[in-house]
Amino acid sequence: MQHYSGFGLLKHSFSHHENWQRVWRNPTPKKKYDVIIVGGGGHGLATAYYLAKEFGVTNVAVIEKGFLGGGNTARNTTIVRSNYLWDEAAHLYEHAMKLWEGLSQDLNYNVMFSQRGCLNLGHTLQDMRDIERRVNANRLNGIDGEVLDAQQVQEIVPVLDCSDRARYPVMGASWQPRAGVARHDAVAWGFARGADAHGVDLIQQTEVQDLIIEDGTVVGVRTAQYGEIRADRVGCVVAGNSSVLAKMGGFELPLESHPLQALVSEPIKPILDTVVMSNHVHGYASQSDKGDLVIGAGIDGYNGYGQRGSYSTIEHTIQAVLEMFPVFSRVRMNRQWGGIVDTCPDACPIISETPVKNLFFNCGWGTGGFKATPGSGHVFAASLAKGEMHELAKPFSMFRFHNGALVDEHGAAGVAH
Amino acid sequence: MFHIYCPHCCEYREEEEFHASGQAHIPRPLDPDACTDQEWGEYMYFRKNPRGIHHELWVHAAGCRKFFNITRDTQTYEIKEVYKIGEQPSVVANSDQ
Ligand SMILES: Cc1cc2nc3c(=O)[nH]c(=O)nc-3n(C[C@H](O)[C@H](O)[C@H](O)COP(=O)(O)OP(=O)(O)OC[C@H]3O[C@@H](n4cnc5c(N)ncnc54)[C@H](O)[C@@H]3O)c2cc1C
Ligand SMILES: [Zn+2]
Repeated sequence: MQHYSGFGLLKHSFSHHENWQRVWRNPTPKKKYDVIIVGGGGHGLATAYYLAKEFGVTNVAVIEKGFLGGGNTARNTTIVRSNYLWDEAAHLYEHAMKLWEGLSQDLNYNVMFSQRGCLNLGHTLQDMRDIERRVNANRLNGIDGEVLDAQQVQEIVPVLDCSDRARYPVMGASWQPRAGVARHDAVAWGFARGADAHGVDLIQQTEVQDLIIEDGTVVGVRTAQYGEIRADRVGCVVAGNSSVLAKMGGFELPLESHPLQALVSEPIKPILDTVVMSNHVHGYASQSDKGDLVIGAGIDGYNGYGQRGSYSTIEHTIQAVLEMFPVFSRVRMNRQWGGIVDTCPDACPIISETPVKNLFFNCGWGTGGFKATPGSGHVFAASLAKGEMHELAKPFSMFRFHNGALVDEHGAAGVAH
Repeated sequence: MFHIYCPHCCEYREEEEFHASGQAHIPRPLDPDACTDQEWGEYMYFRKNPRGIHHELWVHAAGCRKFFNITRDTQTYEIKEVYKIGEQPSVVANSDQ
């Protein structure tokens, strides 16, 4: 792997940047692997990377039906935070946060992780009580958090309407200073490059059409281009398509796939240097390094695999953001798109064994899995390497929906993020 | 954006008047106390989530406020049919036939 550095950039400038190595190989798959990862989004690529790097399993393939990181990884609004309420979820997201903090160095790839802080606004007394409870829980778990009043919020974000003229006046917020944003594409590419360097085969443009199951044990996958590709263990990390893959395995998951949309404005001068989210008004915004406002809100209410949603949802999103930031009212919107998110009844992921032996799923991240990418990959890799779930993954078994041990994070997950 | 025919109002109305309420035809267990944890969990949380033909419950929330069913393709979003509660769909997925 070609090492990236400031010096390298200078060196390559003399040859007009025409001699950079390809970032990863484009291999033809082998007949058999130790582990196959289905889905080359951020989570799948992170899983492959940690499998090879930390757990010494290098005979690994990632099979992706489109291009790497072209699913929700390329479509999300990149908010990273770890201020979840319950211990199980808080530990998982904080595990990811710790990995984020060293990720660019670890990958030798700039993922542009920017810890610019995140505000979760409160507009009602109940909001403020929930915020206090969540921040206290966070602190007990060693996660940074503060409860701010409206004036402190106004100091952090001067353009936010904190006046009492607002329809839902801001009463305060939770503030996580270590939260922030990262560059989504760079995350996928950085993990892909790292995985490839450790010998992982990245197989693109190849859809898994079926799982091969013999005597209740998965033994490989079936593809149109390469026929059967065998493996000792298979990990499915296909986000919105998880129910489709589960059906191939002969079981159901408690997931529903919904469109989730987002939009960005034309680039404007720096005006918002943090992330502002509101569950109550139901919208959120941040500003990218390019200057565009990155805006999102809730899912479309119906199931959909079409990577697009309804216009009315976009309209509600804009209404919410204007309610918070009247100053944005004349900013023009540039692009709008949708992804397919796999929502889970308790707003927590499923990282789990399945009824099929040697078949594992990592899914159900719904509207909020980008922030977990390194942590999710790490614990899933550990589980696939040992064939036994990692401690942090255990509470997120799919069988919790049979025994009732749900981890209800609807409060902290709030507005889709 | 959907243009949805409400079988009660007998009119096409815009999607915003409606609310999607998830999978249709979910029977409540007749004897809940006799359910195993697995059966109860499946009734509570496991939903059909097909990529393709799906039968769903919608409510005309800002209209007549009555419920009805829609058969819709979740990939193309095409609405195949609309039918009342208690009726059965006439369009079904190949795998369900
Ligand atoms: C609009 C929007 C905004 C969001 N905002 C945020 C946010 O601010 N913060 C946050 O934390 N999260 C956010 N999310 C959620 C986040 O994007 C996801 O939880 C996360 O990216 C999921 O990563 P993944 O790798 O599991 O899925 P994906 O990136 O979707 O990867 C799954 C891959 O599987 C592939 N695949 C599917 N079926 C097959 C098959 N049969 N064979 C082979 N490959 C297959 C797909 O092509 C895809 O590339 C947002 C999502 C959306 C849509
Ligand atoms: Zn009606």
